[in-house]
Amino acid sequence: MESLTLSDVEQKYYSELFLSCDVDNTKKVASNGKVLDLFRAAQLSNEVVLQITELCGATRLGHFGRSQFYIALKLIALAQSGMPLRVETLNSVRDLPLPRFVMGKNEQEPRHAVMFADAENQGHYFPRPPLRVQAKKVSAHEMIQPCVPTADPQPDTTSPVVSPHQSPPTSPHAWRKHKRQASGGNVDRQPSVPGVVWPSFREAQPGPVTGDGMWSAHSPPPVQETWVSFTDTPPSSTLPMHPPSAQPESTTVRTGMSAMITNEIQRQTSGYDDPWKITDEQRQYYINQFKTIQPDLTGLIPGSAAKEFFTKSKLPILELSHIWELSDFDKDGALTLDEFCAAFHLVVARKNGYDLPEKLPESLMPKLIDLDDSAGVPEPATEVSFSASPVEVTPNKSPSMPSLNQNWPELNQNNEQWETFSERSSSSQTLTQFDSNIAPADPDTAIVHPVPIRMTPSKIHMQEMELKRTGSDHTHPTSPLMANPPELSDETKLAASIKFPGTSVGDGYSSSDSFTSDQEPISSAVNRQRSHSGTSPEGLKVVAPPPPPPRPHASHSRSSSLDMNRNFAAVPAGSQQPGVVAFPPAVPPRPLPTQTSVPHGHRSVEGDGLPAHTSTSPHQMPEQPNFADFSQFQAFAVDQPEDDEENPSDSGQAERCPEAAGTMRTTKNDVQAEERNATTVNSAKVSTPLAPPPKPVRRRLKSEDELRPDVEDLPQKSNVIATVLATQPSIPRSIGKDKKAIQASIRRNKETNTVLARLNSELQQQLKDLLEERISLEVQLEQLRPFSHL
Amino acid sequence: MAVCIAVIAKENYPLYIRSVPTQGELKFHYTVHTSLDVVEEKISGVGKALADQRELYLGLLYPTEDYKVYGYVTNSKVKFVIVVDSSNASLRDNEIRSMFRKLHNSFTDVMCNPFYNPGDPIQSKAFDSIVSAMMVQAC
Repeated sequence: MESLTLSDVEQKYYSELFLSCDVDNTKKVASNGKVLDLFRAAQLSNEVVLQITELCGATRLGHFGRSQFYIALKLIALAQSGMPLRVETLNSVRDLPLPRFVMGKNEQEPRHAVMFADAENQGHYFPRPPLRVQAKKVSAHEMIQPCVPTADPQPDTTSPVVSPHQSPPTSPHAWRKHKRQASGGNVDRQPSVPGVVWPSFREAQPGPVTGDGMWSAHSPPPVQETWVSFTDTPPSSTLPMHPPSAQPESTTVRTGMSAMITNEIQRQTSGYDDPWKITDEQRQYYINQFKTIQPDLTGLIPGSAAKEFFTKSKLPILELSHIWELSDFDKDGALTLDEFCAAFHLVVARKNGYDLPEKLPESLMPKLIDLDDSAGVPEPATEVSFSASPVEVTPNKSPSMPSLNQNWPELNQNNEQWETFSERSSSSQTLTQFDSNIAPADPDTAIVHPVPIRMTPSKIHMQEMELKRTGSDHTHPTSPLMANPPELSDETKLAASIKFPGTSVGDGYSSSDSFTSDQEPISSAVNRQRSHSGTSPEGLKVVAPPPPPPRPHASHSRSSSLDMNRNFAAVPAGSQQPGVVAFPPAVPPRPLPTQTSVPHGHRSVEGDGLPAHTSTSPHQMPEQPNFADFSQFQAFAVDQPEDDEENPSDSGQAERCPEAAGTMRTTKNDVQAEERNATTVNSAKVSTPLAPPPKPVRRRLKSEDELRPDVEDLPQKSNVIATVLATQPSIPRSIGKDKKAIQASIRRNKETNTVLARLNSELQQQLKDLLEERISLEVQLEQLRPFSHL
Repeated sequence: MAVCIAVIAKENYPLYIRSVPTQGELKFHYTVHTSLDVVEEKISGVGKALADQRELYLGLLYPTEDYKVYGYVTNSKVKFVIVVDSSNASLRDNEIRSMFRKLHNSFTDVMCNPFYNPGDPIQSKAFDSIVSAMMVQAC
């Protein structure tokens, strides 16, 4: 036999054919029967077949050796192309097309469309088998048991198994060409399946798909290689990939596949639906594989383990790297179950010759919601990923990255948002809680600011009270007060704080007897108001810091006259007199206080009221003692000590006492005669707050007389109240006078203080000097003394 | 928009370099190479200060008449160099920083890939796509 030169394509093709005929697996001889079948499939007339067999020398040998087989094949090609069968022409014909064989019953689908495609003259022998797709597809399912080549015991380099390594580069071409041709959705020529095909599998093929005319004349040799039809259901969907082990699984898969055949045939014309969808069997298989690496299905496979696993698939590292980039959604260097399935699926697809997509197909994206969702789910899933989990944001970033090219600034912005979003994900929970319910109930105050919410036990208590309060009538804040005597102080405080910024200040005063409501911070008022307005109790989280302790509040010019407050305080605290509310914070005129101070002084003598009042209404203190002083003077003209007792704190007032006392003393005699007129003068006094000193003195004298009878104090007190009420408008001036006097005394005190301080420092200095002199003298003395001891 | 983007390994050999092909790429390669000196100078200038005190973004390395070169160094001494066309409406510093940040993120993703051996040239398509997005669109 002359040597036969075959092109690479031919070489491959022929070797495959040879193997297909090599039923006995001798690798040397093709069985006659098979070969004859093959030849007949070439659709050549019998005599031509006989001629060929004779030419190739098989008749001589009695069997088809490899070389004979190859020659025969070439002759067949010659014959099919219409050339005369001459042995000499075998090598001379350069561009001989490959022989074509039409399959008979067996559905041995031609496999290497790729190879055909690569051949320059691919146009020749691609009569499109339009319907072949289905069958091919179907058989593809069964045929394609791509086992990892490592497991495949086909070391023969010329075996079709080798092609996986070679065909991947070629498959893209074929595939793309097919895609171009398959405008109608029917892929004319399926891309080759570089996947390993087991010869044994061929026999086990179920019949259903059989050729029934789907095979055009052009069908490639009946090799067991199957086509992976890539129409609507990609073969990948039917490729359960079996790593080394599972033969029995393959059978089960096969049988399972046959059931799906009809389905897929029907779906064939739907076009590129979802080529990457993972079927249930595949998924189950992937899950099993996952378990072998990581028993916990919710756990992660570390990158190194995944690397080892996928390296077994013998794909080039570059492709594995690309698959990893596609499937590692969250870019964490580890694979979840979904990611693993996606990666596995991509590997399977790649092994079968499919191009890796640029971005992860939607059906392979890790399902955020459910594993078994349809293709529709990934859409919302990806959207959900944006809003729900920061981790999922980044995977959307990468697939969509290629599309975002023009809008660089926008891309920047988006990415930064994404990035910051992911960064901030953990910190978002640490934002401090702010009470968003800021709208104040009372629009007058309009103090709107976020108030930090804080819960303390005391505040919880107050909260409860506020809750009770909100239930009660707003207009009668007193009722809850009455209802909760123990919390009276707080309640009244609340009432006061609520009312304080409001219109009724008097109420605040009425209830402020026992405490300093005006010390409440405004915010508490706001909060109280909020609660007061009936906002949800939940909003009543704690509020104000505890009110500061009462402290002297000298600035309250309009603070109620001590008399009034004391009068009201005398009234039982529980009872709220509506009339009290009406009282402005007026201070009675000086004369009045002097009058009323008599009873006050009286009371102060008793020693009960004053301390209480001083504690509760500090702003009244400066004035009280004044009046008390005067009253003291009136009552006890010379009784200074008592004044001091009443006014331990205010030395300035003590100063004034002497002055007043002096004036009083001087005028005392003068007004003795006018005592009788004191009552009338009193009323007149009221109207003229700027009474000259003698007049007050006169009144004081008069009240002195009145003081004596204690019984008269009380009625006078009522008179005082009346007079006070009448003289409200004129009161401020006298108050101002007092205030000025106080301020003057304070200034004087300060001056004396500074003078004394200076004096003190000077004296201290002198003392130091003197001490030093003394020390020096003592030293001298001691120096001299030893001589004396001699 | 960058004209050339390069990723240089710790040992100062390029892991990835891509430039707008319209102009001679050799020129850009040379530019990047010379910029390495400037980078070294900047990162060694910190001296006693530890790496975390050193800022990753190096800023403008040096300008030439045609373009400006910006640098960025990671904590593992991998350098990113961006060459920007001067005639381009000068990009704000922020934008350059964001470009570097994206580069760094993509580079991290490449590193996370277990199939990538550090020191190999970067062949990741995702990285390529990000870089392409940053490059000037060759018209």
